Amino acid sequence: MPVQVRIPSVLRRQTGGDESVQLEGRTLGDVLDGLETRYEGLRGKLRGPRGELRRFVNIYVNDNDVRLLAGSTTPVSDGDEVTIIPAVAGG
Amino acid sequence: MSYVKGLKCRECGTEFPIEPRAICDECFGPLEVTYDYDSLRRALDTGTIASRARSMWRYRELLPIDGSDILGREVGFTPLVRATRLAERLGLDELYLKNDAVNFPTLSFKDRVVSVALTKAREFGMTTVGCASTGNLANAVAAQGVRHGFDTCVLVPHDLEAAKILGTTVYGARLIAVRGDYDQVNRLCSQIADRYGWGIVNVNLRAFYGEGSKTVGYEIAEQLGWRRPAHLVCCMAGGSLLTKLGKALEELTRLGWIEEGRTRLYGAQAAGCNPITTAVKDGSGEVRPVKARTIARSLAIGNPADGYDAARAIRDSDGWAEDATDDQIVEGIRLLAETEGIFAETAGGVTVAAARKLIDQGRIPRHEPVVLVITGNGLKTTDALVATAATYPVIEPRLEAFESCVSDRAVPAAAPVAGDALSSTTVSHHHPGAPPPRRPFHRAG
Repeated sequence: MPVQVRIPSVLRRQTGGDESVQLEGRTLGDVLDGLETRYEGLRGKLRGPRGELRRFVNIYVNDNDVRLLAGSTTPVSDGDEVTIIPAVAGG
Repeated sequence: MSYVKGLKCRECGTEFPIEPRAICDECFGPLEVTYDYDSLRRALDTGTIASRARSMWRYRELLPIDGSDILGREVGFTPLVRATRLAERLGLDELYLKNDAVNFPTLSFKDRVVSVALTKAREFGMTTVGCASTGNLANAVAAQGVRHGFDTCVLVPHDLEAAKILGTTVYGARLIAVRGDYDQVNRLCSQIADRYGWGIVNVNLRAFYGEGSKTVGYEIAEQLGWRRPAHLVCCMAGGSLLTKLGKALEELTRLGWIEEGRTRLYGAQAAGCNPITTAVKDGSGEVRPVKARTIARSLAIGNPADGYDAARAIRDSDGWAEDATDDQIVEGIRLLAETEGIFAETAGGVTVAAARKLIDQGRIPRHEPVVLVITGNGLKTTDALVATAATYPVIEPRLEAFESCVSDRAVPAAAPVAGDALSSTTVSHHHPGAPPPRRPFHRAG
């Protein structure tokens, strides 16, 4: 089941300029595995050695921050959008 | 001459040249402007600072700009108020309020960060600026952006307070309301900055923007007579202000302008949006995002980008953090207004309420100087007070009507006259239609 993954410009050096990619998976973890397999340079950028999301990376499934859902085990389904956004916030 | 060296990642230390850049390429960490402090120490002293105009730009060598084309020269240098009546109510010996509720031009500390961000945007040759905002930043970007000739585009959550909406559109800035909370607006802004290359002040100009907050710290130290505040309390949304207050004091120490030592930093949040105070209290330092639900809209950032650094700065300084419920926030606003005549927005109520808790807990000692940072003006958040607004009489325009409603108050409504049975605290109630008593001022004793 394809899921659309949006990639921010700061990571496009590792994706050869690709802004988005379709990947398969049942959970966010599956999708990130697929992303790292496809773009080897992303390995270690998004997740630490134990698979935990890096502190300054926010990942959303559709509109929801996965830290408020189930993190890497958050289920994804056909047509979902996964958005990767570096953490920058103001006020 | 500029003393700016470059940008450096707070996490991994990777260095970058001065350029519009949101984050570190390597680890996505936030970027910090670095300066040549040794040269600064030789070139600058407090006497030079004191001789300059009273604005935040008197510290310009400590801000990340190259040229002399400063936008917002009038911003800052707000009053530091000795607050004896509030001190008494809180049980403190010595209390000061840094009152950015009267900052120029839009009545919040955000005028400072925007002044730096727009100065930098102009240096970079940008023509469009914008922001994601909980309100105060929107006002500041709109007012200063329009004034300095930028195309200005501001994004806010759709259900923001009316005063903050009006305080953005009145300048003619383009306002776009987004169906979502602040964190969703901010996410969209990150994508806009990514695609359009505009100067989004709190995204790709963030490293420069944040430096403007340091001037709150410089001013406090200077206004205390170049002394280090022992205890500093400020509210937290994204967590940047508190982090930058710490940086400011560290810089002043390096320059030899204030004594070595420690300022304990205390962070205040609303109980309905407390990811940073929670991280401080549980000792993990890990900031878990929350869904914000609080009347303190200007602090309603559930996923604070500088939360980790703010929590660390608090713990490293041996400070602490507290949060305040909506009722306590309103009480805090009232207490500040009733004791010191300062009408702060909800964020100020959070700061006062949290300070009160920290004092009662013994975290803030009663016999050492304390500074509270008041970041915004109450006229922007009157909605929060409407439900609890004080009642007042409505009267006919006649003196006896006035006197009948002040008679129960200890107001010397009329001076006593020799031989008159009235005391100074009672008021005569006349029959309707009877002539009022004559009390010429020259006979009053």
